[in-house]
Amino acid sequence: MLFPPALCARLAGAPGAAEPLPVERDPTAGAAPFRFVPRPVRFPRDHEFFEDGDVQRHLYLQDVLTQVSEAPEKSMVPEFTCQVAGCCQVFAALEDYQHHYHMLHANTCSLCSRAFPSGHLLDIHILEWHDSLFQILAQRQDMYQCLVEGCLEKFKTSQDRKDHMVRFHLYPADFRFDKPKTSRGPAMPVAADLLARALQDDGAAMEVCSEPTALPPCTRTYNHRIPSTVCFGQGATRGFKSSKKKNKHH
Amino acid sequence: MWSGRQARFRPLACGVEELRRRRREREAALRKARREQHLVSKRLLREDAEGPCAAELLREVEVQQFLRLAQSGTDEKEREKALVSLRRGLQHPETQQTFIRLEGSVRTLVGLLTSNRALLQLEAARCLHELSHSEQSAVAEACLPATSYLLTYLSGHSSDFIELCLYTLGNLIVESEAVRKQLLPQGIVPALAACIQSPYVAVLEALGYVLSQLLQAKEAPEKIIPSILDSTLPQHMLRLMQPGPKLNLGVAVEFAWCLHYITCRLTGQLGKCQRSFLGLPTQVNNAVLITHGALATLVLLLLDLAGTVQRVDDAGLELLACPVLRCLSNLLAEVPVESEGEEMQLRDERVMAALFILLQFFLQKQPSLLPEGLWLLNNLTANSPTFCTSLLSLDLLEPLLQLLPLSNVVCILVLTVLCNVAEKGPAYCQRLWPGPLLSCVLNTLTLSDTEVVGQSLELLQLLFLYQPEAIQDFLQQSGLQALEQHQEEAQLRDRIRALQQTAIHA
Repeated sequence: MLFPPALCARLAGAPGAAEPLPVERDPTAGAAPFRFVPRPVRFPRDHEFFEDGDVQRHLYLQDVLTQVSEAPEKSMVPEFTCQVAGCCQVFAALEDYQHHYHMLHANTCSLCSRAFPSGHLLDIHILEWHDSLFQILAQRQDMYQCLVEGCLEKFKTSQDRKDHMVRFHLYPADFRFDKPKTSRGPAMPVAADLLARALQDDGAAMEVCSEPTALPPCTRTYNHRIPSTVCFGQGATRGFKSSKKKNKHH
Repeated sequence: MWSGRQARFRPLACGVEELRRRRREREAALRKARREQHLVSKRLLREDAEGPCAAELLREVEVQQFLRLAQSGTDEKEREKALVSLRRGLQHPETQQTFIRLEGSVRTLVGLLTSNRALLQLEAARCLHELSHSEQSAVAEACLPATSYLLTYLSGHSSDFIELCLYTLGNLIVESEAVRKQLLPQGIVPALAACIQSPYVAVLEALGYVLSQLLQAKEAPEKIIPSILDSTLPQHMLRLMQPGPKLNLGVAVEFAWCLHYITCRLTGQLGKCQRSFLGLPTQVNNAVLITHGALATLVLLLLDLAGTVQRVDDAGLELLACPVLRCLSNLLAEVPVESEGEEMQLRDERVMAALFILLQFFLQKQPSLLPEGLWLLNNLTANSPTFCTSLLSLDLLEPLLQLLPLSNVVCILVLTVLCNVAEKGPAYCQRLWPGPLLSCVLNTLTLSDTEVVGQSLELLQLLFLYQPEAIQDFLQQSGLQALEQHQEEAQLRDRIRALQQTAIHA
């Protein structure tokens, strides 16, 4: 199909509408037995008119999905250690380190070293766990906000909030980023507190504590039993003995 | 400028002929699925990429072993390796079945997904991704306990991980209405609205994919589209479709399809908010300036596309052209093109120029899309003297006529457009004849398709009415004989007789 060369120039030219030629209709136009009426046409999604275009679209999607499911090649580098204080994980691929950093260090509470998957959850944590004004206000008004982004509901207690999330948002009852604050007072050292929680947890918990530098290299993961050689700076014996009190969460 | 999707293709072991054969098979399968109303794309084509023995079948005890090692192994590397082996095993459908039947398996996987070991998290996410691809509902739905976490992770910062979570969610979304019934209250729409502000192209493309799957759902018009239009998603979608140096083809394609699913569904009763988003006058008689301006964006994109196809030899551009054309066509059917005070862009001559450049592009690269382009041409010209005039003044009549012989569908559409022009009166018909049009129409009269011939007759009536001098030419070119061929056809008989009368009495 050859169109006039001026067409490309027109496309690149200034916006503008043609001055329409005069319209003058005769009443017998399109009259019986003829039937033509100019009409814009609309097609619903499932119309067969769209079949070819839809098939092309899905062929493309299938190719995309095939690519996505293959683990990407990593840029391998000489082994290096994460430089964040207290973290001693070793990496040999940049993508791995990037993911590690974002998941464990990017949204970390500077007060208790817990890591969160997003800034949103971190903000809520700081408010609810470390803000004394929050505690005061919470006695008078509903302060516990729903964790689901976009939901503006607030609740009197964290339990009420959990009930809301389970019932209204269909969240699991053991949602890992909604652990209620423990009832321990500030006198209990943070390290032992975390150790106790670690013992309670099923497998690995999201909360990570930044160990004091005197520790041995962290090559183990959290298990039900922390080997007695592990020291959180408090002495292993004390760590075990202080864990009698159960935490509220399950 | 435009950057195509990063190719992560691996070289395939088979030849070009084999590739073509497989593509034809896939195409046939997709057509069949569409006709049966379950055109979903999540099935992986793993058998194309690797040999038949790629995924070894794992026995139950092996699956258990890998899981146990991954969860409570002492050595970091061992745990990772175990999970990788599990993931590879999960490529096999039978292993997937074995896995979901094992008690606590999904719970363990979710535990690893939310663990403090980043690499285990990633591998666990990949395992879930494999499961989400399954055609077996039971397998895909086994991923449901993980969805609240997948959504939570969308507001993180690790782009690879977010991308993976998104594609997993996308697969789950098409699985069933039951899944969507869980995802919607879990806040998938706000989660996507937050995630769409990500600067990463791969994330945006994945998000567009997820959104397009969500919008394709059967219950979308009542249950999904309203909350999407209420969110900030529409303005971000349009932002990501703006032509300019930051436009990414892969991303724009996804959101253009999203827009298509939205506009396609908005038939008849459009709410005020929806009209506002689309850029349609919110009141019938007064054009009101829009806040989002979908229409303006689409027009700009159309112009940009037409410019790009001339410069860039990228076969992927029709993936974007198709939904853009569809959106424009459906929107134009919703609003009169030349109503009082409507936007200037709806009359801009460059739109006509762009459309013909794209028609040419389709002709060369993807002829099956020609009908869709001509559909837009119909909707542009039907009620618009301005666009009909543009078609004539830009000398586009002859290029249009060149399309007549291609297929019946194309032929009917071209004839309809010509009728749109002709019915506007003598000033227009004088530009249709004298010229090559008459002999082209006489050619179409020799075809056997009733609808094609019928449309030709309509055109002839208008031509004879407004440009009677054409009748002589018609007679000289043996027009009467051409008519006679069809005079017994029930659907054509009356019109043929009327034309014969007109021609004889002229």
